[in-house]
Amino acid sequence: MPWRIDVDRETCVGSGMCTAIASNRFVLVADRARAVDATVEPDEAVLDAAESCPMEAIVVRDEAGRVLAPER
Amino acid sequence: MSTVHEPRAFPFGEPDGLRLPPLFATLREEEPMVRVRMPYGGDAWLVLRYDDVKTVLADPRFSRAATVDADVPRMMPVLSQDTSILSMDPPHHTRLRKLVAKAFTARRTEILRPRTEQIATDLLDAVEAQGPPVDLVQSFALPLPITVICELLGVPQADRADFRRWSDGVLATTSLTAQEMEAAMNSLLTYMAGLVAERRRAPTGDVLGTLVRARDEDDRLTEDELVDFGVTLLIAGHETTANQIGNFVAALFRSPPHLAALRADPGLVPAAVEEMLRLVPLGSGGGFVRIALEDVELKAGLVRRGEAVMADILNANRDGRVFADPEVLDFHRENNPHLMFGHGVHHCVGAQLARMELQVAITALLRRFPSLELDVPADEVEFSTGKLVRGPVALPVRW
Repeated sequence: MPWRIDVDRETCVGSGMCTAIASNRFVLVADRARAVDATVEPDEAVLDAAESCPMEAIVVRDEAGRVLAPER
Repeated sequence: MSTVHEPRAFPFGEPDGLRLPPLFATLREEEPMVRVRMPYGGDAWLVLRYDDVKTVLADPRFSRAATVDADVPRMMPVLSQDTSILSMDPPHHTRLRKLVAKAFTARRTEILRPRTEQIATDLLDAVEAQGPPVDLVQSFALPLPITVICELLGVPQADRADFRRWSDGVLATTSLTAQEMEAAMNSLLTYMAGLVAERRRAPTGDVLGTLVRARDEDDRLTEDELVDFGVTLLIAGHETTANQIGNFVAALFRSPPHLAALRADPGLVPAAVEEMLRLVPLGSGGGFVRIALEDVELKAGLVRRGEAVMADILNANRDGRVFADPEVLDFHRENNPHLMFGHGVHHCVGAQLARMELQVAITALLRRFPSLELDVPADEVEFSTGKLVRGPVALPVRW
């Protein structure tokens, strides 16, 4: 049941929060975050990164398209 | 590359208003990793260039948790406590951060903008009614962020005189004794514990109430972490923004063309706030120290396992490799990835709130008083000393 990660690079401010929490899942390119792989196996760190993003620029969905994080 | 010198005594003198010690400009080019002797705990590396500063702030090989209860190089006599989110590494840091992150997102912060504008309006009404000269620090720069953070956290404004005094105490470097600093911190912890106890009797929906529920219902944090977290949010939630409102206004008074540009085009305020965040210094201490958990090769040189490092964001924000004409205040700067709010897991949780408050404060002030000016010569504005943050002691103005 892989998850999908979407990072809105227009909204991202490059705080480095996600790359520090889940360094194998996110990378900063030109001061903006990007998912290393858009599809990942379930990983709590990805949810932590999405919940901690100050811009809510990261959305994690399950295979059915339901939003797992961030909580609104 | 930097070990040829004897360690330099740090800090390089008391902060001189909004100026940085001129030595930094030379060191950034010639010695970007400086060996410094700190007031307490021995020697550390002070890292000055943008790329290295970002690495030290965000790379998990540099630990804040390793400073806990340790006699590490530092600005203040007191040691780091393991109950403070500022001294935690992931996953403990993440566990606490997540509990409040929701309250400080860009989206939630925008919801607070109209209320913040109303607070600014009310304060400026009182300023106008009082008539010139008025001290903008006491009448505007301080009460604006205090009101916002008190409402957000759920701290009674009536207690302001007490927590302001204690807050000054915990941010002291040379202005108080170690005993006075500890007493101030203990007073804040006792005070916050009282607010926590009240919420157990009468639950609230504010941030403090949210933290109390996270402890009591889900055991997400310890009692000491809860109380410490409340204190940290209260202090960081107003000292920084209050001082920066004062610093920004002081900086604008020193540069009439910039002040005129903002008056002519209020739409420039958000970019101006970012540029002043980059260039107007707040901290006076080089930043929180981190310990290298293994050997790390920075661009400026090798940090060995166990060594202490400070990442200097004020210098990173003046790195000519990233910012063209770095010493120039340019409200039209296109790319401004300044590090004023830090980087990595400790990136300021209140960054979006601070941005919004600063935008509201500058906009409201300039709109209300188109002829606002200092009531003293600009070079006679006195700035605080002996504190971790700098800001004007008073800003007497007329209009």
